[in-house]
Amino acid sequence: MEFSSREIWGSLHGFIFGGLYLLAFSGGLLALYSLKTEWMTVEGLKNKLAILKITVWGMAAVMWATVITGTYIIYPWYRAKPPEGTTELSEFARSFLLANPNTAAWHNFGMEWKEHVAWIAPIAATVVAYVISVYAPKLAAEPKIRKALAWFFIIAFITAAVAGVLGALITKAAPIR
Amino acid sequence: MTNEKTLTNGRAAAALLAGGIGAMTLGLMTVLAVASAGIKTALTWMNSVGSLSGKTSVAVIVWLVSWVVIHQLWKNKEVKWGKVMAVAFALLMAGVLMTFPPFFELFHPE
Repeated sequence: MEFSSREIWGSLHGFIFGGLYLLAFSGGLLALYSLKTEWMTVEGLKNKLAILKITVWGMAAVMWATVITGTYIIYPWYRAKPPEGTTELSEFARSFLLANPNTAAWHNFGMEWKEHVAWIAPIAATVVAYVISVYAPKLAAEPKIRKALAWFFIIAFITAAVAGVLGALITKAAPIR
Repeated sequence: MTNEKTLTNGRAAAALLAGGIGAMTLGLMTVLAVASAGIKTALTWMNSVGSLSGKTSVAVIVWLVSWVVIHQLWKNKEVKWGKVMAVAFALLMAGVLMTFPPFFELFHPE
């Protein structure tokens, strides 16, 4: 079993970072939701806040790593133009998809949405992480701030999920080799 | 070091509003690159990545600069949370909408 460097980068971008992101998101959202003073002791609150900070900063870091590797390492391989006269397009994913009307939508809709919307996730995740870090001690008593953070968190997740699912489907239609 | 007792909602509002501005900027760059070949070329900061390099870099720069500026203005203030969040979420959702291909393709010149 052998992997090319492109396949290794693709796996790191999609599976490793994607998996870590899902773990961090579910843990972070649960911790944020359950952060209510009436549900906790002072000691419990301290522990939960410490875990929450690590989780949300981890989530933001993973998102930045995902979009940066995706945009600056994998995307150039995806959009590379084949040499003049090339008919074998399997190593040129974008051209391969666009050459067939049945697969063109994977680029025109799928990749076009994925490559843009993915960048909203790390921005949203970073502001959530910052606010949690700054407001940590009083966050449990601030339901309005918690609610806004939960929505930003959810939107970060949805944008990342759209990008992740489209990425997986595009890779299935035209693998980066 | 922020004093917990004097912590106003300004810092949180500034961060979330800046997040909305960053998302909106990304969406706006996406639409502008479709609408104008000149802007698309201007946003091509790296040939291998194409205009995506400029769109995302401009969005990140605008996000960070707006965050610093709004943070300086609001860090010690109590702002109208509901109004600021309405604007922040409107910007965030507009940003998401403007990255949606059936939407931004409406601006493609015929």
